[in-house]
Amino acid sequence: MEILYENLLKFQWQDIVMILLGCLLIFLAIKKEMEPSLLLPMGLGTILVNIPGSTALIGPIQELYGAGIANELFPLLLFIGIGAMIDFGPLLTNPKLMLFGAAAQFGIFFTLSMASVFFPEAKDAASIAIIGAADGPTSIAVANTLGSNYVGAITVAAYSYMALVPVIQPPVIKALTTRKERMIRMPYEQKSVSKTTRIMFPIIITIVASAIVPDATALIGFLMFGNLIRECGVLDSLSETAQNVLANLITIFLGISVAFNMVADKFLRVDTLLIMGLGLIAFIVDTAGGVLFAKLINVFSKKKINPMIGAAGISAFPMSGRIVHKMGLAEDPQNHLLMHSIGVNVSGQIASVIAGGIILSMFGG
Amino acid sequence: MDFYFNPAGFVSRLSNMGIGMLVIFVVIGLIILTTMLINWLFSDKPENEK
Repeated sequence: MEILYENLLKFQWQDIVMILLGCLLIFLAIKKEMEPSLLLPMGLGTILVNIPGSTALIGPIQELYGAGIANELFPLLLFIGIGAMIDFGPLLTNPKLMLFGAAAQFGIFFTLSMASVFFPEAKDAASIAIIGAADGPTSIAVANTLGSNYVGAITVAAYSYMALVPVIQPPVIKALTTRKERMIRMPYEQKSVSKTTRIMFPIIITIVASAIVPDATALIGFLMFGNLIRECGVLDSLSETAQNVLANLITIFLGISVAFNMVADKFLRVDTLLIMGLGLIAFIVDTAGGVLFAKLINVFSKKKINPMIGAAGISAFPMSGRIVHKMGLAEDPQNHLLMHSIGVNVSGQIASVIAGGIILSMFGG
Repeated sequence: MDFYFNPAGFVSRLSNMGIGMLVIFVVIGLIILTTMLINWLFSDKPENEK
């Protein structure tokens, strides 16, 4: 009869808290549709690894972690899918929009300073700062490469706040802009972008960014590889596969293998709460950085920019771009900012990857 | 556990903040310039110009 309760006696309160946390992640994924493709496998993985004597932790999940996260493979493969999903057309029409993508990375570097107040090791502070990239794969890749002790908490924070972008960004944007500024109209000039330009763009971005920030080569290279597959015009079925099958498959593996770090002794710490708080600061400062930069440009520019589009410079694509568009419509039903905000949003994807490379070159090795 | 709190850590990382933002603007600036260049070089010409 002992076999019925022997393992039950091994449960500690920490295991139960973690199992409840796993259930919460599954609830948020299904009921609130918060990044379900990642939070659901991550939630179930959290349950699997916190059952005493679980054969999942030292077994398949550890193997998956070693095969795909410890060596950064899964985040990079996911970037192929993301690159294949992105249409850089709006950005190519107005390349200057990329400046807002750069400005909105301020949250990363501000949070680096903030995290250094609470975390003595530079690798941990830098890994926490990269939550501000608002990009899950970049956060995982950078935190792993730097050998941070907090990969699990950083992943949860990054994906949770990405899902909460519609809640986090609007109050920050409203606090930093006047109604008059939010009503600034930005007519969109439809320009055609040649196929050659679309093909050359991912190649040139890869060369330029990698030449200056070699630590970003893998991240930017895989992202742009996906985009090249999309734009070349001769690999449509591969592009389709990368956007759907590959991205979905890798997301499942990524989610469940991140759970390797979701064990009680690594996760249930005061540090985790600090990381969640710092991650929120990173997203808020990212948003503020983009908006304030747009306001700064307006001081010198005759052609006024709606400062809200600066907020779309974070990498959370396409949510952030859509939020800005909706906020513009809420102030003025004729104010269509979508093409501008999406252009800024995709530039945020490029800039966040470059920022990840900069963080790696500063603190790696 | 010991709670680490070192306000001076903020100041010590300000140089990283400055350098990081400078590098990202330089890289993005170069990307903008090269994008404008490829846009100019490979733009679709109207039929009558061909």
